[in-house]
Amino acid sequence: MITLNVNGRDHQVDSDPTTPLLYVLRDELQMNAAKFGCGLGQCGSCTVMVDGQAIFSCVTPITALQGRKIKTVEGLGTIDRPGPMQRAFMEEQAAQCGYCIPGMMMRAQALLETNHNPSEADIRDHMRTNLCRCGTQMRILAAVRRAAGYMREAKGTGQEQGTKS
Amino acid sequence: MSALKSIAAAASLFGQTPGDPEPAAHVEAGTGPSRRSVLVGGGSLVVGFSLFGNQALAQEGGQNGGGEGTGAAAHPEEKAPALPGSLKTNPQLDSWIRIDADGAITVFTGKAELGQGIKTALSQLAAEELGVEFKAIRLVTASTGVTPNEGYTAGSHSMQDSGTAIMNAAAQVREILIGMAGTKLNLPAEQLKAENAAIVAPDGRKLGYGEIVAGQRFNTQAQPTSKLRDPLNFTIIGQEIPRVDIPGKVTGGVAYVQDLRLPGMVHARVVRPPSYGAQLTAIDTSAVEKLPGVLKIVRDGSFLAVVTAKEFQAVTAMRALQVAAEWQERPSLPNQSTYYKTFRSLPSDYRLILDSHAPTAPAAKTVSATFHRPHQSHGSIGPSCAVAHFTGGKMTVWTHTQGVYPLRKALTELLALPDEQVQCIHTEGSGCYGHNGADDVAADAALIARAFPDKPVRVQWMREDEHGWEPYGSAMITELSGSLDAGGKIVDFQFEVWSNTHNGRPGPAGNLLAAQYLEKPFTPAPPTPIPQPEGGGDRNSIPLYHIPNAKVVEHFVKTMPLRVSAMRGLGAYMNIFSIESFMDEMAVAAGADPVEFRLRHMEDARARDVISKAAEEFGWSSWKASAPGRGRGFAFARYKNLGAYCAIAAEVEVERETGAVRPVRFVAATDSGQVVNPNGIRNQVEGAIVQSSSWTLFEQVTYDNTRISSRTWSTYPILRFPALPDTVEVHIIDRPGLPFLGTGECGQGPTSAALANAVANAVGVRVRDLPLTPNRVKTAIGV
Repeated sequence: MITLNVNGRDHQVDSDPTTPLLYVLRDELQMNAAKFGCGLGQCGSCTVMVDGQAIFSCVTPITALQGRKIKTVEGLGTIDRPGPMQRAFMEEQAAQCGYCIPGMMMRAQALLETNHNPSEADIRDHMRTNLCRCGTQMRILAAVRRAAGYMREAKGTGQEQGTKS
Repeated sequence: MSALKSIAAAASLFGQTPGDPEPAAHVEAGTGPSRRSVLVGGGSLVVGFSLFGNQALAQEGGQNGGGEGTGAAAHPEEKAPALPGSLKTNPQLDSWIRIDADGAITVFTGKAELGQGIKTALSQLAAEELGVEFKAIRLVTASTGVTPNEGYTAGSHSMQDSGTAIMNAAAQVREILIGMAGTKLNLPAEQLKAENAAIVAPDGRKLGYGEIVAGQRFNTQAQPTSKLRDPLNFTIIGQEIPRVDIPGKVTGGVAYVQDLRLPGMVHARVVRPPSYGAQLTAIDTSAVEKLPGVLKIVRDGSFLAVVTAKEFQAVTAMRALQVAAEWQERPSLPNQSTYYKTFRSLPSDYRLILDSHAPTAPAAKTVSATFHRPHQSHGSIGPSCAVAHFTGGKMTVWTHTQGVYPLRKALTELLALPDEQVQCIHTEGSGCYGHNGADDVAADAALIARAFPDKPVRVQWMREDEHGWEPYGSAMITELSGSLDAGGKIVDFQFEVWSNTHNGRPGPAGNLLAAQYLEKPFTPAPPTPIPQPEGGGDRNSIPLYHIPNAKVVEHFVKTMPLRVSAMRGLGAYMNIFSIESFMDEMAVAAGADPVEFRLRHMEDARARDVISKAAEEFGWSSWKASAPGRGRGFAFARYKNLGAYCAIAAEVEVERETGAVRPVRFVAATDSGQVVNPNGIRNQVEGAIVQSSSWTLFEQVTYDNTRISSRTWSTYPILRFPALPDTVEVHIIDRPGLPFLGTGECGQGPTSAALANAVANAVGVRVRDLPLTPNRVKTAIGV
C-alpha cells in the first residue's frame, strides 16, 4: 500500500509500485486531467507537479512518490471557481481539441510558482517539453502570460491564488 | 435501472455543455423523441411558409464532407436537392430541432466536434434564428439513429453542410412557431415576433415556445427558402461566444472518450504486428494469462489483444505478449532514399483535370520545377481510443470517428450485425486532423467486446501504434511548367501531380486495420479518387489565377506502399505548396513583386481582397530585411477553390551556417463568408499556420524496407515551443449574409508556400522538397 498525496489529500493505493502515476490518477483516483500521450516522456500531456516541479506522470512510478506533494489540474480550481491558470486559458480560448492543455497548464504552473515574472524566452524554453498538435501554442503562451499577471496581482493584493492544495 | 441504461446515463455527460446536468438525448439509441408524431396546426403552417420570401443561405458546390468516404453511409441520398445544406439529405425539420413542452430546445447535428469549435458555432446559428439565448440551445452531435447522417466531418464542410441546415431549419421553425402562435392568439403572423424563446404580440401577450408546441413534433419538411434574419440585426452570430467545451477541458472534466468510465468497464490493448502484413505464426500465452488482472487474451488470425481489469495491467500484458509473439514479416516497403523514383514508376490512372485554351501573346520565358512531399503523420497527441459494449446482441461504440454512420456501416460488415444492432456515438477525442486511428481503434474495441461480451471495453492505442499504423498523408510529386509573355503575364501553365488516394476511410470493413489481420481477413477497398470540384490528390491543383492555357493532370497511383488516407487538406497542402512556390518563381522570372504578380493574374474580387489585406497588414510594400538571413514570403489559395480564401505573408530567419529556418511572424487574411464566431475562425487559422509550419519544416515518416521507423516523437519530431514565430496575426474579412466557407483547412497550403518563398527570399535559393530541413536548406545554400 502506497500513500499518495494528491492536491492535498492522502490516498491509499494498492497498485503495483511500478505503476506509473498517470494510470493511478486516471484509473484508481478517477481523475481526468492528466492525459496519456506517449508513455515515453516526450509529449508532456501527462504533466503534473510533484513538490513544485513539473514531471511526466507517464514515466514516474508511484513508488517514487510516497510522502511527496502531487498537484494536478484538479488542484488548480474547479469549473465554478477556476484558479488563475484555468481562468487565463478560458479567457484566451487557449484550446482547440484541448487534449494537451492540462499538461500545458501544469508545466506552466510549475514555472510561475517559482518565477513570477518570466520573460517570453523563459516561458518558451520552459514549455519546450510539451507538444500541441492543433497549433494552439500562440494562445497557450498568451494564457501563461495572462496567468502570470493574475498571480502577480493576487500576490500584490494578498489574495489567494485560486484553490490551494 | 438496467445495466445498459446506467451506462447510458454515465455516458450522457458527453455532447453537452459542461455543467449541464441533464442527460443527453443521444444516449438511448433509437428511442429518440417518444412523443406522438402529430402534424402541428395545418393552417398555421401555411401562414408560416407564406412568409418564407428570402433566399435561403445558399450552399456552394461540392460534396458532403468534402467527398470523403465511399458509399451511401458517407454520402447519404439527396432526398431534396433544392434545400440548403444538409437539409438536402435530411429534410425533416424534426431531424434538426426539437422543442419540448417545458421549452427545452435540442438541436441535432450529424457533424462531430473535433476541437474545431463547431458545437459553439452551430449553437450560435440555432440561437440566433430561433430567437433564443445562446445558453438555451442544447446541441447533440453525431450519433447513429439519433442525429441526421451528414457523412464525414471532413473537408471543412461542417458550417457549410450542417451550419447552413441548422440556420435554415431554425429560421423555419421560428416562422412555424409564429404561425402557430398567431392561430392561438388570433393574430396575423405579421404582427408577431420571436423574442427570447417566446412569440410576442403587439399587445404584450406572449407564448413560450414550449407552450406553443406542447412537445409535439413539427413533422414537416423544410422549404427551399427561409426567412433568415437580416445580418445587420444579428446579436449572436458574429459574436466571440466562448467555446462551450473549454471550461470542462481546463478543469479536469470528463471531456474525451479517453475519460469515459462506464460501470464494469475493463481495459484492453492490441498487440499490433511489427510491420505491415506481418503474420502471427506462433504464440505461447500461458505466462501472460497468469499476469495480474488479465481477463482474456483475444486472438483471431493475426489480430491479438489482451483484456485486463486495470489499464496499466493491459499495457504490461501487451508488452509481454509482444515478447511472446512470433511474427512472419516481409519486406514490403520500398527503399526510402529512392522512393519518389519508385512512386513515379508505379501503375497509375491518368486523370485529366483541366485542359483550357485561349489565344495569347507568344511565350517569352518558360519556367519549370519539380516538388516532393514525403508521407506525413496526423500525429494526434492523444492516441486513438474507443469504448465498445456488446450485450444482448447489440454493439454500442463510443468513438471519436469523423463519421459515425460510415463507421457503423463498416462495423456491421465486420461483425455481421444489422444496422439497428450497432450504434456509434461520437465522443470527443484528441484532435485528429483527418483520418487517423479513430475508426481502427473503434473496430479493435468492437472485436474485443464481441469476444468479451457484457462489459464495456476501453481500448487506447499506444504511441507507437498511432505513429506506426495510422493512415498517413500520401507522399506526392508535382511537376510544373509555365510560360510568360514579354510583358510578364502567364500565358500557359502545366501541372502534373502523382499521388496515392487521400480517401482510405471506411465504409468498407476492409478499410479497418484490424479487419485485414483476422483469420478470415477483409480486403481493403480499391482506392478511388475524389472527383472535382473537391478533389483528392488533385485538390487545389487548378490555380485560381487567370491563366489562358492550362493543363492539369493527376497520376492517381493505385499501389500504396504505405497505408494512406485523408490528412487535413488532402492534396491541397502539397498542390498549393507547389503552385504558390512556383508563382514566386514565375514572379522572379517576370521581374515582378510576388504580391503584385498574384494580383496581376487574379480576377476574383474576394481573392484580391484577402491578398491585399494580408500584404497591407504585413507591411509588404515597405518591408526591408531587418537583419541578415531575414526573408519574406507570400502565398494565397482558396481552399478547394470552393471554401475559405486565405492569404498569408511570412517573415523568416534563416541561419546560413546550419540551414535552420525559424518563422518570425505570420500575417494572414481570410474570408470565410458570413462569420459566425470570429475567435473560432482565428483559432482555426492560427492553428493551421502553426501545424503547417511543423509539417513544412520538420516532418516526414521514415521506414526501412520492412518497418515504419518514425514511431515516437523522437523519431518523428514536430514543432516545439522554441521554434514558434514571435507573432501570428489573422485578419478576417466578414461577408455578412454570404454562404459559410469552410475554414478549417484553408491555412495549411498557403503557410507552406509562404515559408518556402520566405526562405528563398532570405537566402536566394529555393528548396522544393518538403520538409525544409536544415540540411536541405544548407545544401541549397551551398555552405
